[in-house]
Amino acid sequence: MSEDKTKKVDISSKKTVIEIINMHKWYGDFHVLNNINLDVKKSERIVVCGPSGSGKSTLIRCVNRLEEHQKGKIIVDGIELTKDLKNIEKVRSEVGMVFQHFNLFPHLTIVENLTIGPIWVRKTPKKEAEEIAMHYLEKVQIAEQAAKFPGQLSGGQQQRVAIARSLCMKPNIMLFDEATSALDPEMVKEVLDVMIDLATGGMTMIVVTHEMGFAKSVAHRVLFMDEGAIVEENEPNEFFDNPQNDRTKLFLSQILH
Amino acid sequence: METNIEIVKPPITNVGVIGWIRENLFSSPLNTVLTIIIASILWFSVIPFLQWALIDSYWLPDSNCKETNGACWSIITSNYKVILFGFYPQNILWRPITAIIMLVSLLIISRNRNWWNAYLGYSWLAGLIIMGVLLKGGILGLEAVDIEKWGGIILTLLLSVFGLTAAYPLGILLALGRQSEMPVIKTFCVFYIELIRGVPLISLLFMSSVVFPLFLPEGMSINAILRAQVAIIMFTAAYIAEVVRGGLQGMNKGQFEAADSLGLNYTQTMRLIILPQALKIVIPPSVSILISAFKDTSLVVIIGLYDLLKTTQSTLSDPKWMGFSAEAYIFIALIYFICCFFMSNYSRKLEKELDTGL
Repeated sequence: MSEDKTKKVDISSKKTVIEIINMHKWYGDFHVLNNINLDVKKSERIVVCGPSGSGKSTLIRCVNRLEEHQKGKIIVDGIELTKDLKNIEKVRSEVGMVFQHFNLFPHLTIVENLTIGPIWVRKTPKKEAEEIAMHYLEKVQIAEQAAKFPGQLSGGQQQRVAIARSLCMKPNIMLFDEATSALDPEMVKEVLDVMIDLATGGMTMIVVTHEMGFAKSVAHRVLFMDEGAIVEENEPNEFFDNPQNDRTKLFLSQILH
Repeated sequence: METNIEIVKPPITNVGVIGWIRENLFSSPLNTVLTIIIASILWFSVIPFLQWALIDSYWLPDSNCKETNGACWSIITSNYKVILFGFYPQNILWRPITAIIMLVSLLIISRNRNWWNAYLGYSWLAGLIIMGVLLKGGILGLEAVDIEKWGGIILTLLLSVFGLTAAYPLGILLALGRQSEMPVIKTFCVFYIELIRGVPLISLLFMSSVVFPLFLPEGMSINAILRAQVAIIMFTAAYIAEVVRGGLQGMNKGQFEAADSLGLNYTQTMRLIILPQALKIVIPPSVSILISAFKDTSLVVIIGLYDLLKTTQSTLSDPKWMGFSAEAYIFIALIYFICCFFMSNYSRKLEKELDTGL
């Protein structure tokens, strides 16, 4: 990762694309998310970290309503997430999501995995959708695998396909839910490279990850979550060099040996 | 640099036929004993059967079978028209025969999934209409034949082909309904499935033929075949629904989430992502159900419909052919077996084709 490639442009003047206000969520009596407030600006890259069970995945899953919040507001691209299905589908088609376990559709070929969203949601003609698909497959350097099925690819390749699948919807925002956690170590880099490439292109990203190197070089802001709340947030250098909260200090000491 | 890795071949464990026999049939004392027992069972059952069925048998129509020890296939060769086609007028049997040939050809063509396109759909539609016209007649100068007279294999195929093709999609809808978050639909589907599964097919057939007409307005009647058809569809659909539900529950939650996160709606998610995978998982149990449903169509004898089994029985009630039931039942067993074998063979082929390695 060269410095110039990931140079962070100033985003303070950009408009807000995600607004989370006093948001709460419970699983039964368990308070998973406790009073979350977060503004994400266009082209901003946010890394969310924290111990397991701290609610970081749940937080980003609320942004495209894979999880429902019970109190507060989430506004994505000017659309407030409510029970209204039309709004939810609209937001989901604008927000790409990459999962820990890829979740490719195993019965479809790679190129079909990529075209299914554009064809059925965007009503793009098949031919055009395939061109878009090939464009993004080339971007993640996997075009030669287009006719294969997901089961024939390595984990790293599958995750790159999954990223390309989201990109085919031309999303404004990308969410990454521990995208590299299920990969063999030697495949982490190829996926991170794609993510860095996206960041360089100005994509708005919320990334849940344990890759602190990625956080340092790419993120505008790092959030630390514990027990369902955002405990600390700061720009990366300050966050890693000079953590304020005791829980952050403990967490960092455990992962940065 | 040249690498010096020796290529090691797997050991050759058996050579030739004798090697194979020694390896597989006589490898241990127990295996040897089992081989001998099974071989002798085969020897003492298959040989006499072949002797009876083929060597000592009579084939010519109206042969005098009373003097032979072998099978009397004359019961089939004399009566095949009645057994296969029931009371369908015998002078126009070319019509049902043509219809059946069309049906079988369409089924065989449809085995190849590469040929599944709009044209095949139209061919099916056109084929079904032509078959209907051929069987029913009454137009184009064809003599009209009452549906009550359709019998034998015509009725069996009619009940099973329509029964199974209608029951499968209905079963899928019931399974989706049972998974639904809408309480009214869910309750209805659960109630329906449990009710139907808790009742034997025979009682459903009785209800369709005896109870159901009581609810119809005065003077209105629905054909007995149609009523039996509806009962078979309702019954099979409930079983299919439970099998499909098993497939739906076996789906990874991540598949729903990935489809959701692309913005696909419920119908698209189910049709494009979930059902193709879930149905693939449940091919073996669904085919079991379809096969048993196919055989269960023979239960319509109890409400007086002349399907293949009933026409055979009616032949046997002729004093001339009394005592030759073994031959007659072997013949229809063979017909049932061929159809069921076709289905299970196709399901294995389908499973292999749909295997994408994940």
